[in-house]
Amino acid sequence: MDAGGNTAAPAPGDAEDLEATRLSSEEAGDSGGVHKDPPDPGDGDLEETGSKAKDLLPSLLSSLPQPEAPSGTCGLWGPTAPGSSPKGGPENGPGGQGGDPSDEDWRNQRKHVFVLSEAGKPIYSRYGSVEALSATMGVMTALVSFVQSAGDAIRAIYAEDHKLVFLQQGPLLLVAVSRTPQSAAQLRGELLAVHAQIVSTLTRASVARIFAHKQNYDLRRLLAGSERTLDRLLDSVERDPGVLLLGAVRCVPLARPLREALGALLQRCTAPGLALSVLAVGGRLITAAQERTVLTECRLDPADLQLLLDWVGAPAFAAGEAWAPVCLPRFNPDGFFYAYVARLDAMPVCLLLLGTDREAFHAMAACRRLVEDGMRALGATRALAEVASLSNVPSASAPAYSVQAVGAPGLRHFLYKPLDIPDHHRQLPQFTSPELEAPYSREEEQHRLSDLYHCLHARLHSTSRPLRLIYHVAEKETLLAWVTSKFELYTCLSPLVTKAGAILVVTKLLRWVKKEEDRLFIRYPPKYSTPPATSVDQAPHNGFFTGL
Amino acid sequence: MAQADRTPQPGASLSPPRVFKLVLLGSGSVGKSSLALRYVKNDFKSILPTVGCAFFTKVVHMESASLKFEIWDTAGQEKYHSVCHLYFRGANAALLVYDITSKDSFLRARHWLKDLESEFLPGEVVVMLVGNKTDLSEAREVTFEEGKEFAESKKLLFMEASAKLNHQVTEIFDAVAQELLQREERVDPTQRGDPRLTLNQAPHPGRQAKCCAR
Repeated sequence: MDAGGNTAAPAPGDAEDLEATRLSSEEAGDSGGVHKDPPDPGDGDLEETGSKAKDLLPSLLSSLPQPEAPSGTCGLWGPTAPGSSPKGGPENGPGGQGGDPSDEDWRNQRKHVFVLSEAGKPIYSRYGSVEALSATMGVMTALVSFVQSAGDAIRAIYAEDHKLVFLQQGPLLLVAVSRTPQSAAQLRGELLAVHAQIVSTLTRASVARIFAHKQNYDLRRLLAGSERTLDRLLDSVERDPGVLLLGAVRCVPLARPLREALGALLQRCTAPGLALSVLAVGGRLITAAQERTVLTECRLDPADLQLLLDWVGAPAFAAGEAWAPVCLPRFNPDGFFYAYVARLDAMPVCLLLLGTDREAFHAMAACRRLVEDGMRALGATRALAEVASLSNVPSASAPAYSVQAVGAPGLRHFLYKPLDIPDHHRQLPQFTSPELEAPYSREEEQHRLSDLYHCLHARLHSTSRPLRLIYHVAEKETLLAWVTSKFELYTCLSPLVTKAGAILVVTKLLRWVKKEEDRLFIRYPPKYSTPPATSVDQAPHNGFFTGL
Repeated sequence: MAQADRTPQPGASLSPPRVFKLVLLGSGSVGKSSLALRYVKNDFKSILPTVGCAFFTKVVHMESASLKFEIWDTAGQEKYHSVCHLYFRGANAALLVYDITSKDSFLRARHWLKDLESEFLPGEVVVMLVGNKTDLSEAREVTFEEGKEFAESKKLLFMEASAKLNHQVTEIFDAVAQELLQREERVDPTQRGDPRLTLNQAPHPGRQAKCCAR
């Protein structure tokens, strides 16, 4: 249990992890009832769980901060940082002579993300100015091309407390240098998201074309203004890990009749060439309606939808009606859609209309007026305004619910992703989680929780030995992660909870989710059919129609 | 004049306000969106770079007539130039914005002007050169005279403003509106030269739509 020797949690009997795991799973099975078939407890699989977890926990715990660590900007890693920086040096050290990289604060960042061109030209850095980093980036290019010259590709370097993950995407090289406990696979996922973000504004084809034309092109010229979006993306991973970890979007909790009425409204208000209509608030989904062809022939990837949600949640769309090209990298990395984005009735609610006709602004604006009229007729405006104002959370007026709603004392936070969505709805993987509340209100606390979720996720989805259930006692909280054929669940519980108590809490939570299912998730995403856009000239620009 | 073919509607003051399309042009972060936001909503906040284009409308009441501005605020970023070009089409007026603390943005205004000239006949659009951010005058790199000189050499209207301090912002748009109305009046006599035609056309509801949508 308290493998790290920290006794923050009461340790009656000092059960070993193996037992802990088995016990919890058995109890989960007994207290079933909510779910018809709980995972088979107590087989060989779980034995592995235990012994594996034993390996995992000490290392996990040792990487946790000592109590009352003197906290700087990133207190979690602060204490170890100065001492270990010579060791972490070999990777980013050689560049350390000039400017930024020698800066202590810069070195102490938890996670760096760099984007550079094949020629070693800096494009993006999460921290510090890109100019000061050209030497550092030169070293990265050298590492990559050295391995390449041997006919191989570098994937990751594990230094003592650092992981360096490399990802080559066409002419772009993405590098993460991290001391978070995230796995290399998770870091790679993050780099892929960064790449998708870049592709969404430029398309993969044009990036390739640019560099084929001029190898030392400074891509920052074209990405001007996108750096903040990338910053926001990387911040959100640390504060709100569910989206990327679970590959799902988060919905605004909403009564099912209202959500369905809004979906029907979006279905009614269409224009030629319209492919996707989305209602969102604070970067979270209210409802989305898709063109039928898009739906059946090429699935809309949740990563693409999330990209759109992040995009419309950006403050750049705060005023007026916007019209911009956007590429959905998973759908077609080489083509543009045209997006109409507007706030409805001066509410934080945002309407996104995605179409294939690049001259359709006025048609889309007419569509928006129809949606607005329809919403007024439904009386939905007030209901949505309430939903939007419900939470006073600073995070961009994101409507959410408190974990208190579950009514399970000891439960602090959770991520729940249903896996039993009927197949034809699979295109919309969703998850739900409550707002982070105390004690996770400070950044470093949020980082700690995010790290723990990442660890559990890596263990559950390990390619060599995937696990189904993990009960993990950390220093300041207890966590239980569980994946079945019906759901994937991560819970964070009070450190004082007992194993039996934890199972009780999880049972309660599952029961609550079942009850609230219709409110928490979009069960039946609406669809519609629109005639293709009339203008022909855009066929070459547009992925959607060339793809058909 | 080039506007002769646009058949403006005489006696516009009595009918619904005439619609004029105005585009904001200029390189990144010179304050195009801030000017638009200040003018339309009387608001100022440091906003992120515009994505694609943003669209606003505002009705202006002048002494002689009312008019409605359809304002297209374009992104200064290079990557969006292709889509913004679409919205040049049929513009009646353009604000060419530069940042007085950046020589570069002033030089790039010339490129924007060239772009405009390639799309329009001379005199077809009312163009005003706007030097924004007068609140940062201690960091000024482009003098008032330089701006004025350039504007005069190209026959542009010229003003300096501060969206942040709300200095001269409304004046910019009013001056453009004034100029648009005046130009139209100057065209009117040629219309009156053939009163029969005008009378026939005046009640035509389609005419007005045509002149703004073009």
